[in-house]
Amino acid sequence: MTAQRGLSLTLLLRYTILILVCVVMMAPVATAFLGSIRTTGEFLSSPFGLPQSGIRWENYTNILNGTGFWRSLVNSLLITAGVTFLNITCASMLALVFSRIRFTGRNLLFNLLSLGLLVPVVVAILPIFIQLRRLGLIGNLLGVVLPLAAFGLPGSTVILRGFFMNIPSELEDAAYIDGCTTLGFFYHILLPLSRPALMAVAVIQVINSWNDYFVSLLVLLPDPNQWPLPLGIQQFQGQYGTDWAPIMAYVTLLIIPAIVFYMFTEKYIVTGLTGGELKG
Amino acid sequence: MSASKFRVLPRSYAQTEGIQRSSLNTAILVTLFVLPGMLIFLMFFLYPIGQSAVFSLYEWDGLGPLTDFVGFANYERLLDHKIFHMAVQHSLTLMVLSLVIQLPLSLGLALIVGRGNLPGRRIFRAILFIPYVFSEVVTAIIWTYVLHPDADGLLNTLVRSVVPGFTSAGWLGNPDTVIFVIFIVITWKYFGFHMILYMAGLQAVPDDLEDAARVDGASELNVLRYVTLPLLGSTIRLTVYLSILGTFQQFVLIWVIRQGGPGNGSQVIATYLYKFGILGFHLGYGSAVAVLLSITMLIFSVVYQRFVMRRDYATDASKERIR
Repeated sequence: MTAQRGLSLTLLLRYTILILVCVVMMAPVATAFLGSIRTTGEFLSSPFGLPQSGIRWENYTNILNGTGFWRSLVNSLLITAGVTFLNITCASMLALVFSRIRFTGRNLLFNLLSLGLLVPVVVAILPIFIQLRRLGLIGNLLGVVLPLAAFGLPGSTVILRGFFMNIPSELEDAAYIDGCTTLGFFYHILLPLSRPALMAVAVIQVINSWNDYFVSLLVLLPDPNQWPLPLGIQQFQGQYGTDWAPIMAYVTLLIIPAIVFYMFTEKYIVTGLTGGELKG
Repeated sequence: MSASKFRVLPRSYAQTEGIQRSSLNTAILVTLFVLPGMLIFLMFFLYPIGQSAVFSLYEWDGLGPLTDFVGFANYERLLDHKIFHMAVQHSLTLMVLSLVIQLPLSLGLALIVGRGNLPGRRIFRAILFIPYVFSEVVTAIIWTYVLHPDADGLLNTLVRSVVPGFTSAGWLGNPDTVIFVIFIVITWKYFGFHMILYMAGLQAVPDDLEDAARVDGASELNVLRYVTLPLLGSTIRLTVYLSILGTFQQFVLIWVIRQGGPGNGSQVIATYLYKFGILGFHLGYGSAVAVLLSITMLIFSVVYQRFVMRRDYATDASKERIR
């Protein structure tokens, strides 16, 4: 009896703490949303209030009717698609070689790649800027895609390599006996079997490239036509200053896809971040 | 090098190797498969970092040819620059705060959310984690509003409703405290990441071990202290590592919120590099910052992996042998 009461007390305590923390976590997001559907005046006088004079759609329609938002959206989609495709393609090929094929220099190459996990990406920014300028990639979306794909390569390769190693070699032997080439084994057996790992790696790349600001800032700043959404919203904020309502509409437009994306890919995000470990 | 073995849980896998095919085929295949990835990686990551070691020995605005060789003068100037000292100090402050506040907080919440018996667990996890998915710029803008110095900033409004007569505070206006406010924003965005790692680690702690301790009369606190936490050791060591490396990566949040100001109060190493190296067109000088930071982090990584995380790999190996 007492044990049970003790148990439910702990449960109550757990819920209280969790709900409190969740409220604190969500308050900024909730106010951003509430701000986006009201006038700035209403918003500032009561951050948590509801619209007094109907939902103010103008905050949204002004953004959606302009061209800047859509152009940034297209740029962001191009960058994200490019980085994710390039990263996954290169990483899965590297992972195959590092996990399944023995050759001289393999460890050297793998250690070289692993160096990328040991230094913060920030230190690469300045020399990469110089490198991109030399290659004439400043002001070019490719100048964002290539470095971002490179930054994520060590992590993606290591995760995929671990996964490939877990696929039993009997399967490979059987495939060869049935006349499969290494390439065929890779394409028809290894990749389809590794779909969860590929998804996990891809999802992490999508998040990182969609949210990138630093590389875009260096490469694309001079040309507003090439800005992805993070640069677009920062410029928008600079333009509207403390007229918070339209800014919060822009913020909401970026937050909602992020939340939807999370809901659909939660399992893969968690797997990707934990290096392919957690289920559930 | 053991960097290849980043992982949350120890795991054992059969070391499988493909059967040897004809060596010419293998050579072609390896070349085809390795080339694109390694090329991108070397051209856009490793080689530029290496190059910055050369740039750092020159006085260079980044435009003309490299002619003005100055030896280690950039490094000397750097080590004498007061603002650089401040930046290092702020980066270290963020690092220490992350280790002593952010990680225990993440661990605590992971323990509270628990291992799967709590109804609503997934919703809690989602809400606590979701800021990690938001872009840093969006996060910075939301928090700029929350911390706005005018009377109508969210935090000022909230505090005023609790404390009558509260005069509005400029939360980001004080050079001595701005770094702590920035730390709160960083924590809001990133602690969910560590929490997810701890939750993953907790799933691997078998609850029969904890139950056994309870049957033997251990209090909940002792179960935590002597059973759960030691079993989480490898996860904790990993999060400490990722947290330290991550702290030195912080740039976007800090830059968008305050550009390292006011009065360099939120200048960290990365913003210093950007401001004085790139914006100021002192690319040789900026390279010196980059080189110093890479070498420090490389040494830290190697030492940490060799001496602290080594036992996690050792467990792996022994497990493999048992199987």
